[in-house]
Amino acid sequence: MTLPPRVRRALSRLRRDLLFVAAGVLPHLLVVPLYLWAALCIGPTLTGSDANAPVVLMAPLALLCAAGPGLTEVQRWRFRALCGVELPRLGLRRLRRQFGYNWLVGPLLGTLELLLLALLATGVAAATVLLWIWALPWQWRIGHPGYTTQATYLTGLGLLALAAVVPGAAGLVRLENLVGRAVLGVSRHDELARRVEDLTESRAGAVDAADAERRRIERDLHDGAQQRLVSLALNLGLAKATLTDLPPEAREVIEAAHREAKDAIEELNHLVRGLHPAVLDELGLDAALSGLAARAPLPVRLRVDPLERTTGAVEGVAYFVVSEALTNVAKHAREATRAEVTVARIGGILRVVITDDGPGGADPARGSGLTGLAQRVRSVDGTFRMSSPVGGPTTMSVELPCPG
Amino acid sequence: MSGVNAPTAPATGPGASEGANGVRRAVIAEDSVLLRIGLVKVVEMAGFTVAAEAGDAAGLLAAVAAHRPELAVVDVRMPPGFTDEGVRAALSIRREHPDTAVLLLSQYVEERYAADLLAAHTGGVGYLLKQRVADVEEFVEALRRVAGGGTALDPQVVSQLLIRRASDPLERLTAREREVLELMAEGRSNSAVAARLVVSESAVAKHINSIFTKLDLPKADADHRRVLAVLRFLGVAAGR
Repeated sequence: MTLPPRVRRALSRLRRDLLFVAAGVLPHLLVVPLYLWAALCIGPTLTGSDANAPVVLMAPLALLCAAGPGLTEVQRWRFRALCGVELPRLGLRRLRRQFGYNWLVGPLLGTLELLLLALLATGVAAATVLLWIWALPWQWRIGHPGYTTQATYLTGLGLLALAAVVPGAAGLVRLENLVGRAVLGVSRHDELARRVEDLTESRAGAVDAADAERRRIERDLHDGAQQRLVSLALNLGLAKATLTDLPPEAREVIEAAHREAKDAIEELNHLVRGLHPAVLDELGLDAALSGLAARAPLPVRLRVDPLERTTGAVEGVAYFVVSEALTNVAKHAREATRAEVTVARIGGILRVVITDDGPGGADPARGSGLTGLAQRVRSVDGTFRMSSPVGGPTTMSVELPCPG
Repeated sequence: MSGVNAPTAPATGPGASEGANGVRRAVIAEDSVLLRIGLVKVVEMAGFTVAAEAGDAAGLLAAVAAHRPELAVVDVRMPPGFTDEGVRAALSIRREHPDTAVLLLSQYVEERYAADLLAAHTGGVGYLLKQRVADVEEFVEALRRVAGGGTALDPQVVSQLLIRRASDPLERLTAREREVLELMAEGRSNSAVAARLVVSESAVAKHINSIFTKLDLPKADADHRRVLAVLRFLGVAAGR
């Protein structure tokens, strides 16, 4: 007989819930006999009627103490194996919560679990009462005439009880989950700390991946399109130099194509340089920045303190900052006559300052260039500051923490 | 106009070993096949015979050892590492085969490479951006100049090396004198400088004399002073 998937799912959930509930009874109620034992010893201890009582009292108390952390481990296993919920390994930490759960909350939950199981057992027994009657030999039936209306009522009640078990079990599992996680679970502080750790790690991974991707694109363009363009420009140059007897219109076309090709090379070079130049990996920030400064359309004074190499991600961001800043100066501060780039490492901080004598008035909130720049700086936990009063000068200051 | 401005090539310098039959040979190392084909054409246009083509530094060194060419045109970034293979090969060629001049081609100017090259050698070397090959006539001239024992530096190399100079005697130069010095550094002769700046040759000579005075260069042999001025300008400690 095949069941519809909905029913099958409901049945497997019920099975899981019941298993979880059943597995909780023993660890939750284990402390109850210890309480009784301790209670039996307390009376004689207080009245002093039995000299052994204080010593015997030690036993249940010691067991109760051991039950705290011990039962927590059992609960961890129960939640993980039967419910798929991961509770932290507490060991001997946060004992108050562990004792609270195992001494006080546990017996209450255990009682509820026991009641639910009892309801299940009664339900099963009552719902099948007609079967019992039918199965008993007639001589053993004491005063029961057999298939009576009473038995039918009983069957109905049993089925009702079974129907109540399903939501009851689900509700109890939810309750236990709430209580278990609230008392034994990770505290909000710990959870946030772990989350920050996770995010820091994954963000570093993302930054590295983006860096690697930039390197790959740079390499691909260098090996592909750039060589092709140079070759194209070279051939056009050869045509221009050798085909001297062409009609002037044809020469003009070749010359225009030659110019276009050279401009395309310039543009592509500029684009590729903004990505992640190979020289940055080979020779470091100093060498890479001097290339940027030399290509800038205005005089740039570059002061780089002797630097030890830092991580590729930090160097990449520092390079990008200078590249974007100089591009910005060229684009928006045409009146600027000079710019200055200073790079220094102070302790664990790499400080990059770019100043220009342009008209100022740059707004970091506007312009995607500056926004992108600030974002990349933040991606390595750096800080980005900009001061650009109207009338100038504009100063951009970036601080990047560099490990090691 | 080849090598007028460059250090007078000593008897052992590049260009002195022109083959007995007058054929000038060149070796080309460039990993992009497409570009290599074009380079061969231009080098041949400059009057060289291409003796061998190589796709990496090892092949280049073997070809130079085998053919002893007058000129090697070398790409900086080559397999296997795609970093500075060409520069290292160029330095080793100039060390082991002083008769072979080397012209380095690079997609970008890396000042450190240029400085390495110039610190060891002041003649028979060149460092140009790859895209300069498109300006065929100028490139042909640069090829001849380098093979003749002169130098050819990309204007970008010059401006990049210049960035290092923060404050020194160069600040005393006038803007025009700086321009003249920059063009000298690129490896141009007096008449080429004059043509570029649209002034007379005697005006250029006057500027150059003023540069020598301001840089406190001794009144010795003019060519030597010229090299010293350029090197001081570039901030490169001259080797040999």
